[in-house]
Amino acid sequence: MGFNVIGKTIMKSLFGKPATAMYPIVKNEFYPNTRGRIENDITLCNYCGLCGRRCPAGAIEVSKPEKKWEIDRTRCIVCNFCVQVCARNALSTERHYTTPMTDKSKRITTLYGEKEEPVKEKVQENA
Amino acid sequence: MGERTIIPFGPQHPVLPEPLHLDLILEDEKVVGAVPSIGFVHRGLEKLVEKRDFHEMVYVIERVCGICSFIHGQGYCQTVEGLMGIEIPERAKYLRTIWAELSRVHSHILWLGLMADAYGFESLFMHCWRVREKVLDIFEETTGGRVIFSVCRVGGVWKDIDNDTLKRIVTVLKDVEKEIKELSDVFIKDYTVQKRTRGVGVLTYQEAIDLGAVGPTLRGSGVPMDMRKLGYAAYGELDFEPIVEKDGDCYARTLVRVREVFQSLDLIYQAVNKIPDGEIATKVRGNPPAGEFISRLEQPRGQVIYYAKGNGTKYLDRFRVRTPTFANIAPLLKMLPGSDLADVPILALTIDPCISCTER
Ligand code: SF4
Ligand code: SF4
Repeated sequence: MGFNVIGKTIMKSLFGKPATAMYPIVKNEFYPNTRGRIENDITLCNYCGLCGRRCPAGAIEVSKPEKKWEIDRTRCIVCNFCVQVCARNALSTERHYTTPMTDKSKRITTLYGEKEEPVKEKVQENA
Repeated sequence: MGERTIIPFGPQHPVLPEPLHLDLILEDEKVVGAVPSIGFVHRGLEKLVEKRDFHEMVYVIERVCGICSFIHGQGYCQTVEGLMGIEIPERAKYLRTIWAELSRVHSHILWLGLMADAYGFESLFMHCWRVREKVLDIFEETTGGRVIFSVCRVGGVWKDIDNDTLKRIVTVLKDVEKEIKELSDVFIKDYTVQKRTRGVGVLTYQEAIDLGAVGPTLRGSGVPMDMRKLGYAAYGELDFEPIVEKDGDCYARTLVRVREVFQSLDLIYQAVNKIPDGEIATKVRGNPPAGEFISRLEQPRGQVIYYAKGNGTKYLDRFRVRTPTFANIAPLLKMLPGSDLADVPILALTIDPCISCTER
């Protein structure tokens, strides 16, 4: 029986597909559930700051007056809690991981909401 | 009496990826004593409980350990739920059981690989870890994370596994079972492997009890104690018996773990058959009241104890984890004297040390 198993294993190792993926050439496949990184659909966000207050890692910073939502990707532990607490469903978990970075300043992703156009005063026209 | 030498073992050692330091006192090649020291990776996670509210703390506690992360999260949630008097839905209990048993399977396979590596059996190590990868894929598919799942919450779980996926998981696990069967024969029957493990580091029944060993270290010495028998989560409704071996040597402890892999797989099959439909979480209102609660769970490495003290606010006063490795260090010191220097790595591994767990 022993030789049988050894033979089978050798055959599998010689002619089978390798157990590891050739990573940079073959891209990793993710599952629909995979938690890669947090994304914000800024058009839905109302800058309430709840996600920042509840984040266990303190990775999110929100500023209402500036309409700014900022995440430090190296602090984020992708626990998904912000996605669960956001009442406006603005946050979601992307399947792709944060890419490696050589420059530390790249770790912060900042999103700005659209600035409201200053309301122009209506000029009364004499009709 | 020969001259005594002291040899430092760890915290950086090729065989042990855990920062455990032992001062080994040797006479020639024989170990006559050992002085342990830990504390190289202390992170102060327990203290953080005063700064993070009890919902957020789940994600911190999960990060106590990278191997049994799920059971840490589960234990924390169970303790807080006990404190608050919350009963979680049946389906959530079963889901927790399934993930906890999958964790045990992957932890034990990982350990078997490390053990093979410790006695220099590289290809066996690789094969063990190749099989383990399938279990990690199941985790990624069902929870979204490979190591840290973040699916446990106070009051239940975040994610459901639908019944089709459960069926598919069982088919994958049947494959895993077949492969583990082939690999485990090497651990059990191989002559050279037995030479390294049989009769090495014997811990008798009485010593195991006196020194407070837990988990496979305890059961390898013939004590039938398994916290799952307390019936937390869904274990009360599943059919199993603690796995016990009599000899108390490295071989017995290996055998306990090998048999536990099959037991865990069997528990998963049972849970998948019995899992009821329904809710996966109850709504949690209010804060943990003033009071204390203790719960005990069985981790892959043994019994773990959680203690929580609430004060009526959303922050807990105190949270404490007594990890299995801490309990197993004393038995390790009992096993070491009398063994050869070459056996020290195997003995240190045989308690399945998880020092980062121990130091939190
Ligand atoms: S919780 Fe949601 S709406 Fe509020 S700031 Fe965060 S992303 Fe925006
Ligand atoms: S996923 Fe977790 S750590 Fe990351 S930003 Fe959200 S709450 Fe913070």
